[in-house]
Amino acid sequence: MESLANWIVLLATVIMLVGAVAVLVLQNYLAAVAATSVVSLGAAVIFVVLRAPDVALTEAAVGAGLSGVIMALCLRRLGLHRIEGTAASAPQAGADTDGDS
Amino acid sequence: MRNYLSLLFLAGLAFLLFVIAGQFEFGMAPMLVGSAINQASPEQVGAANIVTSVVLGYRAIDTLGELAILFAAATAGGLVLGHAGTSARHDPDAGFILRAAADVLFPLLLMVGLFIIVHGHLTPGGGFQGGVILAAAFFLPLLARPGTRFPHGSFAIVEGIAGAAFIVTGLLALLTGGEFLQPLLGQGEMGGLLSAGTLPLLYIAVGLKVGTELAGLMAHIAEYEALDP
Repeated sequence: MESLANWIVLLATVIMLVGAVAVLVLQNYLAAVAATSVVSLGAAVIFVVLRAPDVALTEAAVGAGLSGVIMALCLRRLGLHRIEGTAASAPQAGADTDGDS
Repeated sequence: MRNYLSLLFLAGLAFLLFVIAGQFEFGMAPMLVGSAINQASPEQVGAANIVTSVVLGYRAIDTLGELAILFAAATAGGLVLGHAGTSARHDPDAGFILRAAADVLFPLLLMVGLFIIVHGHLTPGGGFQGGVILAAAFFLPLLARPGTRFPHGSFAIVEGIAGAAFIVTGLLALLTGGEFLQPLLGQGEMGGLLSAGTLPLLYIAVGLKVGTELAGLMAHIAEYEALDP
């Protein structure tokens, strides 16, 4: 049981890190918002393993659901809403988001 | 620059994997509050979910502060975004799949949200979590049919009544000689739906307030006319 919990936490951590890196490198803003939700979902799984179901429920509802929706709505408000392709086709949207230039 | 960032993240990944694989012992913090509340809560509050007895019993005034902050944020959002005019351009209706899924999901989300709110003193969850699910339920039809008008007025009324009910419950406790927001009405049998005094009522108020507030906020953002892309 204990080792199973360890493996679940390990898997969730790897998924969270992949999601966090994806937020930085993804060119499509909407996909980056979805990646932040993935990070929150991984955190929710870890909270369940740590026996904090209340916190896990909050994290899943607020972190993965609500904040993702609000960020997606704000993207549309800013005109950066693209379902397909990269955001580079949008006006004044730089391709690099990590302060390269 | 990007290479260095990747390297940094790789180092972080390696460190985290090392920490998990190392299976270090957790330290024991010198915290006595947790165990003391665990001991005293079943008799003093009578909620099966001890987290709820902390959130609405021992630290109820913190919850009131959270509600106030959320209210201020939602009000500011509404003020800045304003109401969309009747002639405002809106998106065309979503496709068949999203519309049908929204019809199916709306009652389901409503039920799950209300269940989590009403059982907040028995099982994990409560007003905030259930309220967010309620907000999602009410936002979903707007996503499927952007043309429909969101009933901001009635939502504001429900929100106001729920917020007032929370404070009035606290004041009633004050009037009957207790502390502000002290649980009333007797504890009942622990584990029953009608137990833990006024805690379920407080959580219903919190759930309704959070749900209507966040649904209104999301509707405000969604209704606001998008700039021409």
